[in-house]
Amino acid sequence: MADVSTSTRGDLRLTHLTKSYGDFNAVNDLSLTIPEGSFFALLGPSGCGKTTTLRMIAGLEEPTQGSISLGTTDITYTKPYQRPINTVFQNYALFPHLTIFENIAFGLRRRGIKDVDDAVNKALALVELPHLAQRKPTQLSGGQQQRIALARAIVNRPALLLLDEPLGALDLKLRRQMQIELKWIQKEVGITFVHVTHDQEEAMTMADTIAVMNEGEIEQMGSPADLYDNPKTAFVANFLGQSNLIKGTVTGNDGANQIVDLYGQKISLQKDRSHGVDSAIYAGIRPEKFRISRLQTATSGNILTGGKVEDVSYIGVSTQYQVMMPWGQELMVFEQNDDGVAPFSVGESVNISWEPIFTFGLRGDEDAEAGTEVNPEEDLDE
Amino acid sequence: MSSQKKFGLSTPYLLLLPGMGFLFTFFILPIINLAQTSTQTPVAGGDTGQYEQTLRFQNYIDAFVENKEQFGRSFVYAILATALALAIAYPLAYAIAFKSGKLKNLLLVLVVAPFFTSFLLRTIAWKQILGEQGFVVPTLRSLHLISESTTLTSSAFAVVAGMTYNFLPFMTLPLYASIDRIDPRTLEASGDLYANGFTTFRKVTFPLSLPGVVAGTLLTFIPAAGDYVNAAILGSPQTKMIGNVIDSRFFKIVDYPTASALSFTLMAAILILVTIYIRKAGTEELV
Repeated sequence: MADVSTSTRGDLRLTHLTKSYGDFNAVNDLSLTIPEGSFFALLGPSGCGKTTTLRMIAGLEEPTQGSISLGTTDITYTKPYQRPINTVFQNYALFPHLTIFENIAFGLRRRGIKDVDDAVNKALALVELPHLAQRKPTQLSGGQQQRIALARAIVNRPALLLLDEPLGALDLKLRRQMQIELKWIQKEVGITFVHVTHDQEEAMTMADTIAVMNEGEIEQMGSPADLYDNPKTAFVANFLGQSNLIKGTVTGNDGANQIVDLYGQKISLQKDRSHGVDSAIYAGIRPEKFRISRLQTATSGNILTGGKVEDVSYIGVSTQYQVMMPWGQELMVFEQNDDGVAPFSVGESVNISWEPIFTFGLRGDEDAEAGTEVNPEEDLDE
Repeated sequence: MSSQKKFGLSTPYLLLLPGMGFLFTFFILPIINLAQTSTQTPVAGGDTGQYEQTLRFQNYIDAFVENKEQFGRSFVYAILATALALAIAYPLAYAIAFKSGKLKNLLLVLVVAPFFTSFLLRTIAWKQILGEQGFVVPTLRSLHLISESTTLTSSAFAVVAGMTYNFLPFMTLPLYASIDRIDPRTLEASGDLYANGFTTFRKVTFPLSLPGVVAGTLLTFIPAAGDYVNAAILGSPQTKMIGNVIDSRFFKIVDYPTASALSFTLMAAILILVTIYIRKAGTEELV
C-alpha cells in the first residue's frame, strides 16, 4: 500500500470523460476542472450521470473514454485503493462488525500507520461524537452514522473527498444543520469536496461552484448566484428554483440592451444576459423579482399589463400569486410581506413590473418545461 | 379483542405440543433407554443379547480404551472433511452471492440437486469414480501424481473425499446466506479506504461471513464425526470410524451396552468440541 500517493495534490481534471452502457451514454464527453480546495457540487436529477461521474473519480467505475487526473498525475485506471481520494457513501457503508473507532481507523491502518489514536480522536472530535468510539454502527442514529462516515473519510486527509448524496437519508431539519456543518468542516480541513446531489437548495447552500448536469452532460457551471441569476438554458432556469419563461421576439437594440416584444408589450433585456441565437427568445424572470401593482405605468423598468389574479397563497414571509396574462399564460409572482399593504385578491386586475437587469434571455426553440417535471424528492437511489 | 379470547395464554403451549411430543417419544425416551443399556452386563449363562442392569460404569472406560483409535480417526476425518468442504464451498457461495447475476437461483438449485438422489447411491458412485475403471486414477497415473500400484478406493482419501462431497451442501447454504447479506457497498468502502482485494476479504468480507462459516462448519462436522456410511462403502478395515464400530456392536455382535456407551461418549465429545468452537468464534459479537 506504499503506492498510495497522498502527496498527490492539485486540481482535479476530467477530460472528455464518457461512460457508456451499451448504446446509452450515462456520462457523455464531460470535461471540467475542479480547483484544489474548493467545494464543488454536481447537481442534477436522477439518472443525469452525476453518481456515475463520482464513481469514476473514486475508481469504482472505469471510464469508457476520456481521462481523470489529479494535479499532474493521471489516475484514470488507478485502483480505488491507490487513489488519495475518499468517499462518503450515500448509505454510509460503515463496517457493521467494527467499532466506530476501528471504522475510522480503517484507512489509516491500511496505509500502515501504527499510532492511530490521535488522528481518530481528532476526527471524532471534529464531528462532535467522541463519546461513541466504542459503539457499533447499528447502535447509532442516521445522523450519527453520517458523521462517522465523514470522519472515516476525512481522517485520511485525502486530496479529494467525494460525497454521494450524503444527506439524502436525513430528515429536513438535520439535513439543514449538516449542510452548515459540512461547509464549516470543509473550510476547517481545506480538502477539495466534490458533492453529488439532486437537491438544488443543498448544492446552493454549500458549494462554491455548481455544475448542473442533465442527460450525461454539463448544462452550466458557475457560482450559485451566477446560475440562479443568469441561467443559460431552460433546464437550469427551472431546475434551480422557479422561473417564468415568456415567449417573445427580439425587435431591436438599445445600447447594451435588447428590446423584446412579448405578445405586443415591449420590455428590455441586457445583452450579456441574453443567450438566444436568433430573434425567437424566451424572456425569463424569477417570481420574486416581479412586483405586482395596480399602476398602469412602471415606476422604473419593464411592465406587463392586463394581468388578472388567479390564485393567492399567503405563506408568511411572502405571498405567492398566480397571475393570468392576456395571452393565456399564468405567471408566478412572489411578493415579500414587508409593505403593510393587504394582499391582492383573486379576480383583481393587476400589472407586473420588474427591473430589466433581472431578465435573462434563453433560446426560443428550447423546451420551456425542461427541468420542471423532475421532482427532486423522488428516487434517492439513482 | 375477540381474537385474544380465542387464542388465550395456552395457545403457544398448544402449538408446541406436537413438536414436544415427537421429541419426547423419539428422542428423550430412546436416550433414557440408551443410558440404561450402557451400564448393563450380560446375564450369566443367558443367551446372546440378554443383558441385565448392574450399573457398570466401567463399560464406558472399556469401550473407549478398546476403540480410541476409531474415535481419533473419526475426529481427524471429520475435521479434514469440514476444512475441505469450507475451502470448496466458500468460493462457491461467494460466487453465487456476488457474481452469478441472473444464474443465482439456478446455481442454488444445483447446490441442493444431489439431494434428489439417494445418499447411498451417491456414495456408491464415488466408488466407481475413484475405482480402477474411473477416469481419476488413470489421469493421476499418467500425470505421475500417483504410482502405478496406488489405488484410491478403500483408503482414507476416499472416505474423506466422500464425506466432503456428501456434506458440501450443508456448508454451502449457510455460507451463501451469510455472504449474500453483506452489503456490497461496504466492500467498495473498504477499497476506497486503501484496502486491496485481499485485505478487503480478510478485514471485511470474511469477518462479516463468520456466522455462515460457524453454521456451515457445525452442520458439516457434527454429522461427519458420527458418519459410518462413507467409511463402510469407501473405506477399509483400516479406516473404520466410530460410527462403524457402533453399527457393528449393535447389529452384528449384539453388544448393546458397549454400543450405547460409545454413542454417549461420541455425543459428549462432540458437545464439548462444539462448545469450545462457538466460544472461540465469538459469533455473538457479529451482527
